[in-house]
Amino acid sequence: MKSDAVIELRNVSKAYERHTVLRNINLQVRAGEFLTLLGPSGCGKTTILRLLAGFEQADSGEILIAGRDMRALPPEQRHINTVFQSYALFPHLTVFENVAFGPRLQGVRGADLQERVLEALRMVKLEDYSARRPGQLSGGQQQRVAIARAVVNRPLVLLLDEPLSALDYKLRKAMQIELKQLQRRLGITFIFVTHDQEEALSMSDRVAVMNAGRIEQLGTPRQIYETPENLFVARFVGEINTLFGRVVAVDPPYYDICVHERIVRLKSKFIFASGDRVNILIRPEDLRIWREHEGSDEERATLFPAAVEDVVYKGSTVDLIIRLDNGDRLSTTQFFNEDDQAIVNLDFQPGERVFVDWVHDWEVILPHED
Amino acid sequence: MSVKRAARIAYLLLIYGFLYLPILVLVVYSFNDSKYSLEWRGLTWDWYQALLDDPDLWQVALNSALIATLSATVATVIGTMAAVALYRYRFFGKTLLNGLVFVLMLTPDIVMGIALLILFTSLSLPLGFWTLLLAHITFSIPFVVVSVLSRISGFDRYLIEAAKDLGASEFQTFRRVLLPMLAPAVLAGWLLSFTLSMDDVMVSFFVTGPSFEILPLKIYSMVRLGVTPEINALCTLMLGVTLSMVLVAQALLRDRGT
Ligand SMILES: Nc1ncnc2c1ncn2[C@@H]1O[C@H](COP(=O)(O)OP(=O)(O)O)[C@@H](O)[C@H]1O
Ligand SMILES: [Mg+2]
Repeated sequence: MKSDAVIELRNVSKAYERHTVLRNINLQVRAGEFLTLLGPSGCGKTTILRLLAGFEQADSGEILIAGRDMRALPPEQRHINTVFQSYALFPHLTVFENVAFGPRLQGVRGADLQERVLEALRMVKLEDYSARRPGQLSGGQQQRVAIARAVVNRPLVLLLDEPLSALDYKLRKAMQIELKQLQRRLGITFIFVTHDQEEALSMSDRVAVMNAGRIEQLGTPRQIYETPENLFVARFVGEINTLFGRVVAVDPPYYDICVHERIVRLKSKFIFASGDRVNILIRPEDLRIWREHEGSDEERATLFPAAVEDVVYKGSTVDLIIRLDNGDRLSTTQFFNEDDQAIVNLDFQPGERVFVDWVHDWEVILPHED
Repeated sequence: MSVKRAARIAYLLLIYGFLYLPILVLVVYSFNDSKYSLEWRGLTWDWYQALLDDPDLWQVALNSALIATLSATVATVIGTMAAVALYRYRFFGKTLLNGLVFVLMLTPDIVMGIALLILFTSLSLPLGFWTLLLAHITFSIPFVVVSVLSRISGFDRYLIEAAKDLGASEFQTFRRVLLPMLAPAVLAGWLLSFTLSMDDVMVSFFVTGPSFEILPLKIYSMVRLGVTPEINALCTLMLGVTLSMVLVAQALLRDRGT
């Protein structure tokens, strides 16, 4: 079976002692793509990278790199390089020697070596620092040396294990952009690990959301965010509101769902039967808030009455915490909108009575879990 | 305020005096131009000259230097490998071995001396050069292990994996990453072992025979006939060598390799 996958995991499982860390992982990584493993701490992201790099062996399943089974190949013979979370730069070597480490082992010498190392350092804008030792560099610079040291080997795949988590917010944002540009320029496949959903969504071509040793969903950032396949993914990739409902009438792909004593007609790609319990998921920015004087009585009949519980001013948005009259708490994000005179002034007060609905079709309906 | 200060200075002087005055007296008297009296009769190099002119003493000093060099070198090789193994690999009895290193360091010399003596006689090894060397290697190893292990434990634990990731074999990893990074600790371990060997009386007393004399034991037997200025001079020289080696070792251990 031929495919354009540089990396393929087939039914890979891994346990440490008796604690299962990965369960039946199936994953194909395409050549040149930026794939992110996203998940909470301890879900097995690092373990996947360690299996690919060759530091651990899978208990079962196959790992193919460029179509070759990797089982017997030790790390030093794999065409893969890693950027470690702690950078793991050699403290006794200069920046130049750190970057030259890999090429030297490949037998590159003299002017060739000089040129290749300097090119890698230029790429990360550190050519003026080649004589320094890692201890004399800032965190961001060390990070870039670690990247240069890996990419100078022109690996098939670059593995990056939470490379930005040690950096402060501003530097992290800057490095996200730099990394993405670097990846485009080099055309190297990146497998990037993070537990930060925003980072994953903004950088990746595809994201694999992981939980407890499984891949819950694999898709583009947009698919992951807008059409999560289960509650875990929905909640992990961003804030989301959950409304409980029950299917009362079926007309695929349309379903009449009873939510808080109101019937709403919604579309879903799932198949439901009448009487099924469902969760309706709505992102905060898709909720609409109506003030008491807005809308006609007719419109009001379809809205959910609620009260403002908290108002959080965020600069470009105002976040409202809303409590529905039946007790559910929802969070909403309201954007300042210059065109809309009614909304331009988001001076909500805690305790204020409001009405809530959402832009239909932007919700996701999932079977009720547990 | 100033009374308190004066009291503090007096206290410090007392302590330092107690600790270092005997040594200072020894050094000073090694330059005293008087064979028998403790009266100060002016500076002289005579006693150092006498040492230089004593061929027997030279032989004994060379013996000591040989044992110290050999035992330090062997202990350093074994101790370094042991420390690397303790750090890198998981194996049966690792915790036990780790504990034994400290037990060995804390074992009273007299116990170790007698234990080794029993071992050597039960193996019917003739006491002399070889038994002495083995004994010195034995008591030096733990100091090398501890010195190297304390440095290696400070390393980023992914350094070795990083080297392999970049294509280094096991040997290349040791040669290009571990060894250069450990070098200061390895050298410090060697210097410590060397001085331990040069100074040792207790263990050596039990495990050497008449065929092979070493400096500390020689001094010990000379002192029984009375402390002479030559002995003061000899001790001053040994003090100088030991002190400079310990200082170098300390400096090496302090450099954490930025
Ligand atoms: N060498 C190991 N021995 C035993 N358990 C381990 C080992 N490495 C990782 N684990 C466990 O495996 C699980 C997954 O770890 P990891 O892949 O590092 O997660 P992540 O990188 O997603 O935070 C965790 O529960 C962790 O405690
Ligand atoms: Mg991890």
